[in-house]
Amino acid sequence: MTTLEAYTKAFTDTFGITDEEAKNLKFQDIKAWDSVGHMGLIAAIEEAFDIMMETDDIVDLSSFDKGKEILKKYDVEID
Amino acid sequence: MLDEELGKLTEFHYNHCPEYKKILDSLNFDVTKSHSYAELPFIPVRLFKFYDLLSCPKEEIVKTMTSSGTSGQAVSKIYLSAQNTKNQSKTLTEIITSFIGKQRLPLLLLDTEMVKKDRSMFSARGAGIIGFSMFGRDTTYALDADMKLDIEKVAEFLEKHQDEPILMFGYTYMIWQFVVKELKKLGKNFNIKNGILFHIGGWKKLKDEAVDVFTYNKTINDVMGNIRVYNYYGMAEQLGSVFVQCEHGHMHCSNYSDIITRHPSDFTPCEFGEKGIIQLLSVLPESYPGHSLLTEDEGVILGEDDCPCGRKGKYFEIKGRIKNAEIRGCSDTYERR
Repeated sequence: MTTLEAYTKAFTDTFGITDEEAKNLKFQDIKAWDSVGHMGLIAAIEEAFDIMMETDDIVDLSSFDKGKEILKKYDVEID
Repeated sequence: MLDEELGKLTEFHYNHCPEYKKILDSLNFDVTKSHSYAELPFIPVRLFKFYDLLSCPKEEIVKTMTSSGTSGQAVSKIYLSAQNTKNQSKTLTEIITSFIGKQRLPLLLLDTEMVKKDRSMFSARGAGIIGFSMFGRDTTYALDADMKLDIEKVAEFLEKHQDEPILMFGYTYMIWQFVVKELKKLGKNFNIKNGILFHIGGWKKLKDEAVDVFTYNKTINDVMGNIRVYNYYGMAEQLGSVFVQCEHGHMHCSNYSDIITRHPSDFTPCEFGEKGIIQLLSVLPESYPGHSLLTEDEGVILGEDDCPCGRKGKYFEIKGRIKNAEIRGCSDTYERR
């Protein structure tokens, strides 16, 4: 599995959506991605890449794209 | 800086919230002039129970917070935009991490997972839990669905993280009722070597049981181990810009908030050391006019910039709720004028 596939899977598994729906998703776009869902997503991403994000980054991770950018900080390249 | 920000917010809400404009007009308040923040108008928190107060189009609201308060009748409705929610999270992060550091610690929530069940209408209790979850990892709930302490689950969690600092969060009275009393009854102890507990909520029921801050903190240490206990104070109407009690038992304002106490008779500001009704100011509320609120709590401002803990800003002590008659008095005044 590529890092992009693993990253996308965190979204699709957490929110029950398709790969296509995940691509342009932003915080609060769908009901499932509220603040409760957000913590579920963070847990899924952390588990997928075996990392632990800082609280600031958890707050900042407000879209599918933004998340990719943040993960660079943890030496995870999504491609 | 706070003056300027709060002045801007007053003008913003005046121009974007029709009900708020009505109130300010009735007070003959001129938003275009500059004012010191003590001169800014304040509205009673209970207005959020009776009116839908918002300063942005309803389509931009992503979350509606509700809070029953203590009266238990009408519920407050606080309308939050995405930006407002984000600002709250960022501010809470800055304040809390100044006490616990940036690293996320294993988190034991002294509550039940049930609180996050109803996600469409957020209760203040659920929001507090979710908001705090950001600071932890391997989040574990200590109470089951019936509010019973799951001692085995907690023991397992503590064993797994025995060499790490443990972060805990919960509501002041619930911790006392469902964790402390239960541990005492069972004669058990968490035996945490290095723990940090943040708790929030009213002291009324504890006062009825003659439990003060000192007794509370000591008992927590007696039944849970070596714990740094931080009480913090905030309102559902101003989430994010919370006030945290330092090692010397004083509540502190952050860079995002301030406090004024007012005489119940004429609402003029009290001197330091004088008891009055607490007004809270916060620069965070953008999607609703909640930046300057008269609470239903009484307190005493003890000083400014000179707390022995070294933190700057005003520090204060909360003295409890004001009597119902007085509250009704002041909100009536506002509606009549």
